[in-house]
Amino acid sequence: MNQRKIDLWVGILVVLGAAALLFLALKAGNLLQINWGPTYSVTARFDNIGGLKADAPVKSAGVVVGRVTSITFDNQTFQADVHMAIDQRFKFPVDTSAKILTAGLLGDQYIDFSPGGSEKNLVNGSVIRNTQSAVVLENLIGQFLYNKAASSGAGDSK
Amino acid sequence: MMVTDRLVAIGAGTRRLLSDLGYAARLFIRLLLLVGRVIMRPSLLMQQMYFLGNLSLVIIAVSGLFVGFVLGLQGYYTLSRYGSSSALGVLVALSLVRELGPVVTALLFAGRAGTSLTAEIGLMKAGEQIAAMEMMAVDPVVRVLAPRFWAGVIVMPLLAAVFSAVGIMGGYVVGVVMIGVDAGQFWSQMQSGVDVFKDVGNGVIKSVVFGLAVTFVALLQGWRSQPTPEGVSRATTRTVVIASLAVLALDFVLTAMMFST
Repeated sequence: MNQRKIDLWVGILVVLGAAALLFLALKAGNLLQINWGPTYSVTARFDNIGGLKADAPVKSAGVVVGRVTSITFDNQTFQADVHMAIDQRFKFPVDTSAKILTAGLLGDQYIDFSPGGSEKNLVNGSVIRNTQSAVVLENLIGQFLYNKAASSGAGDSK
Repeated sequence: MMVTDRLVAIGAGTRRLLSDLGYAARLFIRLLLLVGRVIMRPSLLMQQMYFLGNLSLVIIAVSGLFVGFVLGLQGYYTLSRYGSSSALGVLVALSLVRELGPVVTALLFAGRAGTSLTAEIGLMKAGEQIAAMEMMAVDPVVRVLAPRFWAGVIVMPLLAAVFSAVGIMGGYVVGVVMIGVDAGQFWSQMQSGVDVFKDVGNGVIKSVVFGLAVTFVALLQGWRSQPTPEGVSRATTRTVVIASLAVLALDFVLTAMMFST
């Protein structure tokens, strides 16, 4: 086989490999969803973050507006400080409340922003104090059993 | 007398091991540094890329397709027990991109291309072609080994990417077309679960490392083989065994380093 033909076939192989990588990046991966734009940092203090992890999405009305960058423990308040990078395009009032929700019954946890009514907006470095912790299943079950026991105990005493 | 004989044997074994390791390390570094010389003569590189890459493409693509089929079937079976069959796309894509793509491609490459490299160089040695080159003041490391080495290193990530991409399509065919998982969920869950840099990028890094390891093992075994029919056949067997074990061991180390957090 002459050199030109070999070059042609190798060219086809390289293009095929590059196309496969592009397919993996665009169709299978999240290259199109990565936000390269500028962000500002906001911190929220939670009593309990449940299973929230870094990189979890921050959503408002179901739309992703940012990501959790890191989670640290504050030894003064005994709360979890969740640091988030919010897309610069989206502005939220200072009295926005943040809660930790779960996608589906067994899905990953994410942060939901419910905007408040204030005129002033959150800026870089703002702290959200109005938070609602993650629902911990064990606590719910415990509460349910406690209520059940209390109500059945009340029934017995009648 | 017996004790000193034993000690001599241990000493000689250690020395041989060290000198073999040293020789291998020096050859490896030499091959890495020869990248400039290889690029200067692209026709040799192209021939080897054609031989190692294009001719391996069919077995890689077919294996990828069937691995994707099996992942789709088996993944659906397990996930549907937990009512989360919509996560099938993530399962198929992550297993392929992170682990199966690079590893299975490297194992197949060792069997398909590594053995032929070893046999070719071993037979060149047996036919005294290598000696003839040296007589003509042509360095066989530059002329024979370096283009093969770099062709293997370049071709491996391309083949692994093809394997993963074809495998994902295989998973799609079984999961969505045959079983009936929702196509939108299949792709969207995959896109939210697979990170371009952490998953796809690390998979590419893995396959480059495997390309270095498999091609180098194949070339070293051919280069150091006994120039006899028996020696070449032994060297070919050793290529498959050592390259496969090296790929699996390296995969564990790389996975532990990349995805441990």
